[in-house]
Order: sequence, then structure tokens, then C-alpha cells
Amino acid sequence: MIDKENNWNQKRLKTGVHFMLGNYAAVEGALAAGCDYFAGYPITPANEISERMSQRLPEVGGVFVQGEDELFSIYSVASAALAGAKAMTATASAGFNYMQEGIGYASAVEAPCVILNVQRCRGENFATHADVMQMRWGASGDYETICLAPSSAQELFDYTLLGFNLAEKYRNPVIIMSETTIALMRERVLVPSYDEIEIVNRAYTDLQPDAYLPFKAEENAPPPMAPLGKGYHTLYTLNYHNEDGSIEWDPKGYDKLYKRITGKIWENRKDICRTEGYLLDDAETVIITYGSEVRPAMDAVRMAREDGQKIGLLKLVTVWPVPEEDIREVAKGVKKVYALEMNIGKYAREIERVCSRYCTVERITKNQGIIHTKDEIYQAIKG
Amino acid sequence: MSVKQNPLRKYIRDGNLPHFFCSGCGCGQVLNYFLKAVDDLDMNLDEIVTIGGVGCTARIPVYLSTDTFHGVHGRTLAWATGIKLYKPELKVVIFAGDGDLVSIGGNHFLHAMRRNLDVTVILVNNFNFAMTGGQVAPTTLFDSITMTTPYGSKENCLDICKLAETAGATYVSRWNTDKPMQSVNSIKKALQHKGFSLVEIMSQCPTNFGRYSLKTGDTKKVLDWIVDKSVPKAKAEKMSNEDLADKFVIGEFVHTEKPVFLGTTVYNQDEK
Repeated sequence: MIDKENNWNQKRLKTGVHFMLGNYAAVEGALAAGCDYFAGYPITPANEISERMSQRLPEVGGVFVQGEDELFSIYSVASAALAGAKAMTATASAGFNYMQEGIGYASAVEAPCVILNVQRCRGENFATHADVMQMRWGASGDYETICLAPSSAQELFDYTLLGFNLAEKYRNPVIIMSETTIALMRERVLVPSYDEIEIVNRAYTDLQPDAYLPFKAEENAPPPMAPLGKGYHTLYTLNYHNEDGSIEWDPKGYDKLYKRITGKIWENRKDICRTEGYLLDDAETVIITYGSEVRPAMDAVRMAREDGQKIGLLKLVTVWPVPEEDIREVAKGVKKVYALEMNIGKYAREIERVCSRYCTVERITKNQGIIHTKDEIYQAIKG
Repeated sequence: MSVKQNPLRKYIRDGNLPHFFCSGCGCGQVLNYFLKAVDDLDMNLDEIVTIGGVGCTARIPVYLSTDTFHGVHGRTLAWATGIKLYKPELKVVIFAGDGDLVSIGGNHFLHAMRRNLDVTVILVNNFNFAMTGGQVAPTTLFDSITMTTPYGSKENCLDICKLAETAGATYVSRWNTDKPMQSVNSIKKALQHKGFSLVEIMSQCPTNFGRYSLKTGDTKKVLDWIVDKSVPKAKAEKMSNEDLADKFVIGEFVHTEKPVFLGTTVYNQDEK
């Protein structure tokens, strides 16, 4: 566990302005957050994350492992996290498939960790949002994930840092939904100074082992953790468990456990969810989008504004849980919402679910492994 | 009247007994052997993390009063790596069945040995997938009848200790549940060993392996089958490969020292 005041290593933070690869920016964001354990398996287009971690992490006292597969990555990250680490892994779509099993485990035992997935389509390194539902629904059983969608190298830094903080606060896996577009793009990245960075550390129990129940928590909240190897004798089992960690057989226990594990995310979505609005005040129509599609969408909105069209944009920083309140607020004040994404139309279902009571929803999708151009979006939204 | 308590009872997690192993199962014996070893060595259970995946053997650590990871099939050594690299001061002990360790977990097993990860694996080999009802395993002997080989298994079985030796494990031994002293001694050596240690204990599964493969649910008969096939290493060295074909060699096979794994790449400030 990184104690900012005591063992923060100055090498951790490369404060200043950089011209930096997106994948590298994610690494720097992780280091800023206090990441001290990384496991990864080679896969394009996420390799630069492992490569830079292998250099940067050991020099600040962290552990780097290249595992034998993605299952290794996710499980060693989950166990390191429970041993006290701020742990992360990174992969791309095909590798993310393998990790689902471990994400299920990490959710069940409430291991705070960060998983960065560079979406790339099947087999090739295409621009895509094809995995947006997998971020939320990939593993078996009941769980909620927190998923953040950066749209630039800067946001790869910012959201990876934020992702660690949310993981620590809620004792839950957090997924950074990257894309080929931004992962392999070099652009301006501002790394803030030490004083400007907020670090959240998980809560540890102040109880003695005799009095400690590892899964006893407030309603819709994560339980405080106990350090490993200090006599707390915590049982971290995937099986559904009682407050004392022991394997539960009563069906009501299942309901109770997963109500809390999902509730701690869903019921706290106002704290978790972040969106950014552009030109929404007088908007009659609004594009709702996420990830790198925000970039051409912003250009298209400006082009349409020049034509006098009253259009705005809602960018979803948090994709999961669905920022329903913010989306609903926008939907209530407009005639039409455009659901823009790079796939066959997946997250559009969520937008339709939230908006269709208030306004019409039109999908703008492109599923060719290529990002929308501003002109394509402009043509689609032109009145 | 005072009730005498088993001296090893203090190592058992409160409220977890009776255990759920079948009558006659060897997992209870292995649990005893491990605790005897811990007790003899006067080890502090607070500093041991025990791990079980999924399966009958994987339930052993659930009964132990330790920090414990449990419940995902085959991933025990991936967990072990995360813990051991982050907290090298903790001792990590894995309880795994043959299916858990070398079928679904085979890849992790291989690479943890190659790296010489400093953990102890106690393998309980009962020659089948027992918890799921007696299906063929990588350790099931050729031609055996199981629930998924009704016409006999046409798969060759794996000698896990030989695999471990080849892959780079630095302590390797094999016994059976009929050899309690040897098993306890080997577990003690493994717990004191710096590096990857594997203790395989062949164990009777009367409920599934016994009934389907040996056509008997009698514990003694299933154990006798294992004992009859067990050949001490010294004797085996004088036997032909043909004679050893359906035998299990028991004894200590590897005991050596090698640098232990601390990470794929490790920064050494002195060298910079």
C-alpha cells in the first residue's frame, strides 16, 4: 500500500508536459495512483503498457510479472490486491475474454484492482466499441463493474488514476475501457504535481482479529479489509459467504451478499458516475457518446452549430454503471438524442432504455473497425 | 469429566467441523499430516496463507485457521504468485487435487515450477475428478473405467513428479496415505524448503474412483490397490521400465537449491 507521505518515490511521478503514447500515459496514471503490482501477458495493442511497466514499476519498488496467460494476470492481480497491493493488469479484447473468470472472483471477494482493456475487434487492431457490453456482463454470476471510457492520452492518465481511487473506495474491480485509437496515439499529456494528485486508499479494519468479520459491512458499502498475514485468518472464497467469510448454504445468504456487492456500486452511482456536457444549455438535440468517438462528435457538433443547429454533446466518462440520472436529465430537455458508437449498436440499448420515455433516440453506428469521421457524424445529425 | 481434545484442533477454523469429506476419503488424513508437520515445526499459522482451488482437496484449507483463498478451479498458483511476490515474508501453501493442479491448472503449475516460485504444493492424487462424481483425470490409468470412460480410458496418464522434476521444481516427493510418517516428514521438508516444493500424496477415493474404477467402495481395498502399486524409489531403480509401467514410485526425487522467483524483472539499485 502506497503511503503518499512516507514512501512516495519521486520517480513515480513525471510531473510536467509530455508528448506521450496513450498506453504510456495509462502506465503513468497508474504509477501516480500508487500502483505497485502489475501482471500482464503479451497482446497487441496493449504491449506498450507491459513494456513500460516492466521498466517503471521495479524502479519505484513495485512488482512486475509477465504471466503465462491472462488468467494468471487477473488472478495474481486479485491476490496481490488482497495482500495489500494496488494492482493492475492490461490486455486487449481477446485477452479480456480470459480474464472474465477472474473478474468474477475479484468481484465476489471484493478485491480492489484495475483492468485496462484496449478494445481491438476480433483478431486485428481495429478501432471499435464492440466490447462495451462485455465490460459489464462478461463474467458469470452477480456483480457490477465500474468502467471508465477515456478519449485521449490525457484521459488514459486521468482515468487510470481515477480508476485506482474508485477501486480502493469501493473494493471492486475497475475497468479502463481503452481503444486502439487512443492507445497507440501520441499526444500532449500533462502529468500534475504531487500536491495536485488525490490518492484514495482502501479502508482497513481497526478491530482486533477476534472481533473482525471480513464481510460485515454497512448497507451498500464495502467491508473494511484486514491485512494478510496478521492473524485475521480471512477466508476469501468465490462461494457465497457469510459475514465471517465462511461458505454459506442458506439461499437467503446468497441474496443478502449479492445485494450488497451489487448495491455498493449501483446505489452509489451518483458518486461514481461522471459525465461531461458540451453546449447543452440551449440544445434541442444531443449526441450521447463515449471513448474516442467523443472527438469527431465534438467536431461535428461545432460544424452543426455553425449552421445554426442547436445541438449539444454528452460525454460518458463512466460507461458502467450507466449514468442514468445525467442521461435522463438531458433527455428530458431535448427532442432527440443520438446514440453514437463504433459497433453494431450496443450501448444504444441503454440510452434507449433511459431516454425513450422523454424523447426519440436515433442510433449512429459504424462497425468497420474505423472511427467515425466528423463529416459522417455531421451528415447524420444535419437537420 | 474432562474431554480430551486433539492437540491439532487448535489449528482448525472455529465452527467448521465436521468436515464434508466422504467416509474413507484420504483428504482428512492429509489435513492431519499437514497439521502434524506445522505443529512439529512450531510454525505460526498467522504467517501462512493457504490456498485451495476447486475440488475435494481444495476444501482442506477452508478448515484451517489461516488466511485462505478458495473457490476457483486451477488458479491456485496464480493466486500464490500474487501473494508471494507482494508479501515474500508469508509462507504460501497450496492444497490441490490432481484435476485442479495438472488438468485445468497445468499451465500455471508448469510456469510456477519453471520460475521456482517459493511455495509449497501438497497434491492429493486420487486418480479422478472426485467432487464432480468420478470422471477421468490426467492421472487416471490407461483403460480405467470412470464416469466418462465407460469403455475404458484411452488416455495416457501423467506422472506429476516426473513433470515437476523436468519443469524445475526444487523439492519433489511422492507418498501415499498409508505412509503417514514419510508424508509428514516430506511436508516438513517442503515447508522449510526455499523454492518450489511439491509433495504428492496418493489417496484413496472409495466413493468415486473406488466404485467405478476398482468396482469397490471399500476404503481398505482402494488403499490396498494404491499400496500394492507403490514401489520405493530404491527398489524401482533396479526394476525394468516394463515392470514399472503401472506402478507408482514413492520417495524423494528432488531436493536442490536454486534462486527463487521475485518478479519477471527485478531492479537492483546497486547495479545502476
